[in-house]
Amino acid sequence: MTVEQIATTLNAKIICGNDRAHHEVKIAFASDLMSDVLTLREDNVLLITGLANMQTLRTAEMSDIHCVVFARNKKISEEMIELAQENDIIVLECSYSVFKTCGLLYNAGLLPVF
Amino acid sequence: MHFEYQIEGGNFTRAGYASSEIKKKLKQLNVDLGIIKRTVVATYEAEVNVVAHAYSGTIYVDFDEEKVVIKLVDEGPGIPDIDQAMKEGFSTASSTVREMGFGAGMGLPNMKKNADDLQITSEVNKGTTVVITMFFKKEAKDL
Repeated sequence: MTVEQIATTLNAKIICGNDRAHHEVKIAFASDLMSDVLTLREDNVLLITGLANMQTLRTAEMSDIHCVVFARNKKISEEMIELAQENDIIVLECSYSVFKTCGLLYNAGLLPVF
Repeated sequence: MHFEYQIEGGNFTRAGYASSEIKKKLKQLNVDLGIIKRTVVATYEAEVNVVAHAYSGTIYVDFDEEKVVIKLVDEGPGIPDIDQAMKEGFSTASSTVREMGFGAGMGLPNMKKNADDLQITSEVNKGTTVVITMFFKKEAKDL
């Protein structure tokens, strides 16, 4: 799925990385526990989370995650947007619950990491 | 090449800055991307541990042609039982640390999984030293 398709599916807003809306992801992982995210070996995973802080983006940076969906209507700060831009991380905000977000994306063809 | 970075205990806004800088330097050196990821994941886990548990710390980074050695030295409470701390699920993290998405007792085991070599020494009420060594030409580590 492209970022654009993800945004449409989730009725989500692309907060940064609009210029890379064609970026494609095939697998996704949902967690509010960054320690779990850091154990993933796969690259280019879509991260779905309700944890909106600087460490979410730092974790994405270290894990080579290029796209993060903040679900549960979480809003990210200006500081977080700057960090995401600095590291070329595409960020989306979505009002749906993590469960609904995952369900819709799974239904649309995104695969789980395991 | 030698670099040093300061870490401030409790400052979660800045946690990860040093790991990010190390990642940039490894990229400049054209190190294999898989090795970069293992290096920065292990370093970031260690950096977050210093922020979460210690008062302050310093990261000493030494690169040569074959490897990078990342040494994190902190001043803090230390680890009374390192074997226990290495067990998955064991954690003494505060609620603040857990709110940041950490503190599940997974950091040290994940550092061990990612590092080519990991050495931890600690003295209670003094501090902890973690040394992560990564070899640039090593085959992909089976995690």
